[in-house]
Amino acid sequence: MLLDGKVPAGSLKDKWDRHRFELKLVNPANKRKFDIIVVGTGLAGGSAAATLAELGYNVKSFCFQDSPRRAHSIAAQGGINAAKNYPNDGDSIWRLFYDTIKGGDFRAREANVYRLAQVSNNIIDHCVAQGIPFAREYGGLLANRSFGGAQVSRTFYARGQTGQQLLLGAYSSLMRQVAMGKVTMYPRREMLDLVLVKGHAKGIVVRNLINGQLERHAADAVVLATGGYGNVFFLSTNAMGSNVTAAYRAYLKGAFFANPCFTQIHPTCIPVHGTYQSKLTLMSESLRNDGRVWVPKKPGDTRPPHQIPESERDYYLERKYPSFGNLVPRDVASRNAKAQCDENKGVGDTRLAVYLDFEDAIKRDGKDVIARKYGNLFQMYEKITGEDPYTTPMMIYPAVHYTMGGLWVDYNLMSNVPGLFVIGEANFSDHGANRLGASALMQGLADGYFVLPYTIGGYLTSAPKLDLNTSQAEFEASEKATRERVDKLLGIQGKRTVDDFHRHLGLILWDHCGMSRNNAGLEKARGMIQELRDEFWKNVKVPGSAADFNQSLERAGRVADFLEFAELLLDDALARQESCGGHFNEAYQTEENEALRNDEDFCHVAAWEFKGHGQAPELHKEPLTFENVQLTQRSYK
Amino acid sequence: MSKSIHLTLKVWRQKGPQDKGYFETHQANDISTEMSFLEMLDVVNEQLSLEGKEPIAFDNDCREGICGMCGAVINGRPHGALKGTTLCQLHMRHFKDGDVIAIEPFRAMAFKVIKDLVVDRSPLEKIIQAGGYISVTTGGAQDANAIPVPQEKAELAMDAAQCIGCGACVAACPNASAMLFASAKISQMALLPQGRPEAARRAIAMVREMDAQGFGNCSNETECEAECPKEISITNIARLNREFFKAHFGSSIK
Repeated sequence: MLLDGKVPAGSLKDKWDRHRFELKLVNPANKRKFDIIVVGTGLAGGSAAATLAELGYNVKSFCFQDSPRRAHSIAAQGGINAAKNYPNDGDSIWRLFYDTIKGGDFRAREANVYRLAQVSNNIIDHCVAQGIPFAREYGGLLANRSFGGAQVSRTFYARGQTGQQLLLGAYSSLMRQVAMGKVTMYPRREMLDLVLVKGHAKGIVVRNLINGQLERHAADAVVLATGGYGNVFFLSTNAMGSNVTAAYRAYLKGAFFANPCFTQIHPTCIPVHGTYQSKLTLMSESLRNDGRVWVPKKPGDTRPPHQIPESERDYYLERKYPSFGNLVPRDVASRNAKAQCDENKGVGDTRLAVYLDFEDAIKRDGKDVIARKYGNLFQMYEKITGEDPYTTPMMIYPAVHYTMGGLWVDYNLMSNVPGLFVIGEANFSDHGANRLGASALMQGLADGYFVLPYTIGGYLTSAPKLDLNTSQAEFEASEKATRERVDKLLGIQGKRTVDDFHRHLGLILWDHCGMSRNNAGLEKARGMIQELRDEFWKNVKVPGSAADFNQSLERAGRVADFLEFAELLLDDALARQESCGGHFNEAYQTEENEALRNDEDFCHVAAWEFKGHGQAPELHKEPLTFENVQLTQRSYK
Repeated sequence: MSKSIHLTLKVWRQKGPQDKGYFETHQANDISTEMSFLEMLDVVNEQLSLEGKEPIAFDNDCREGICGMCGAVINGRPHGALKGTTLCQLHMRHFKDGDVIAIEPFRAMAFKVIKDLVVDRSPLEKIIQAGGYISVTTGGAQDANAIPVPQEKAELAMDAAQCIGCGACVAACPNASAMLFASAKISQMALLPQGRPEAARRAIAMVREMDAQGFGNCSNETECEAECPKEISITNIARLNREFFKAHFGSSIK
């Protein structure tokens, strides 16, 4: 079946403006008659909940942490892009649109990306009005800096903590609405099922994480802003609690999952330091402006870095890519680091790391200049590793960081399931096969502040207003199924812990579906995961009880879903017989080892439909047509 | 280079808010000094799980020092003894083989214990709900550069905005006051022009809510500043006091 993204007609520049006029409005006095559920309180969810409440809707906001301010958007470092062109260096809405489409390796929907660029300026205006302390120049105006993949300085930032400040801005707005009684906040609640009534998304079942009780919540529409699925790899830069459960449960109820194999691996993260490692920490991309990447030329060389003379060092990125050097795109840098370590040239205790050396930059510019640029990052590195990057090279290794795939949505950010809206990293739409730096923050806020509040009105005015109450059969069935699943997990009482299974799953995926994939490895991984999943349901040990605060039980449910979702990811990777962006199949590469796209056969979104456990999912394609940009081979020359 | 150390943990266990609670002793053996404190607790919990015992409950999420979810009192110090470090950033290389480590939840009348080391910090959220925001509706903002902000003020605002809402300041204070927390948000907004229209109402409302939630008063002990993992300065408290007095005596807000 061919999917229709419902992109409005007309010229690219006019689509969104026309659409907003054509969308039916909900009368201001009528908005209070509608209840909307928003799951997740990150940049997308927090901004959406606040804005919908400001408009007059009754909002129920859910998060699994103790407070909406804990969402993992808080950890984003780099900055947020916008097409303001304050630096007067040639930026424009069109250029931001073009850079994003190209950065996504021509696998994103044109109209969505143009809209993103269009509202980017409104986002900055609103953030400043909220009192977000962006960095400023001496004259008092906003500062800008450059970021990866762009030839203009379009990134706004708040030190190295931009995500934190943007999230706290949305959080403050959300708290204002809570105080006014327009948002009811439900923290420590995890969504475990989506409820459909007459085929429309009309509610959720959540588990209260303090007392274990299952709760039913009904609404006229459901919004999922539940983040990405990077933790399927166990080790990632995600928070410990980040998971795919809400999105996956929607998938099981009929929502299509698009492009799950488009996962982004960030090249500069602090390496794994042991088998007990729980997560990976990001070191901002900006470091590669001054650091030089190298490994010892000789395999198995365990000498400390200062004892390895220049002639015995391989600055492999500078050697292989003379014109881009250390600033090659993320996927290229990542794949090269892995290749060096595979050849036994890795450094550090685990031999899974490469050096990022600031010695030359410090000699050239002086320690003070480097400290001003990277101070907080160097400090963070030292806290974690105990080493001082001013006097010894940093050790870094690639890590799973972001997921471009997600639930399929149309131009209105609505899934194929009517009434189910998906925003932020949880949806697939704007980044194609590779996300550019500083654009995740832009997308989350665009969706929540400036897109969903309009498009949801279009649905609410056209959808049948059902008489909803949570004692209906559909809610009853959903709660029953959820309870059975929870009880089942607790009843197995096997011999392996949840974390042990999770770690194992992560290793399988990292080895066979990581930076570099091949058909044989993907098939092998699928078999291994099926085996692991079977063993999980026979041998997992979950201590404690259901009617209690039970973190092992929480993790068990999330890992159970990861064990199923992982197979969908592999199916998608196997179906996409080309290389593009974050999906690199070794069989399809150029002579220079770059991703080789197959635009004739694969210029589409791969959206998967659940057909039943044990059955293959059905593929639906949304053809991508590019009327405004020319498809080119990404080149680093 | 990593070493392997053995530690004795005295961990606070408490089944629920009404439970009395007690210290339980655990051995943490073969702990790599490269591990973080929470990874060390993970290892202890894995062992407890396999033995069919109840693992130690503790809040955590980002494990990068930015979400504010983790936190416990380690040998009497919230987040441990290392300056400017959250519990999740504390690594085992700062402990010696044979160390005895007492681990307790953040204690304050306003912070009810939920289970073991997990406490309810929603009273902090109530303070923000009372006024920790600028009343602006999405969509009407003017151009971001319309009002210049002096760079020094912007930097001070960012310093104050560092607060991660972990509650260590409350746990450190002998009076369990939340002044550093409240002053951080009030300062951020007081320093920026966008926050001025509501400055009076914000200061009075947030301080009032802080009192209502059961936090103590500030008597300038300054332990909050010493323990804050983001090194937020008590000059913010001084600023809050100024804002509060200005609002009380110089405005029509009651």
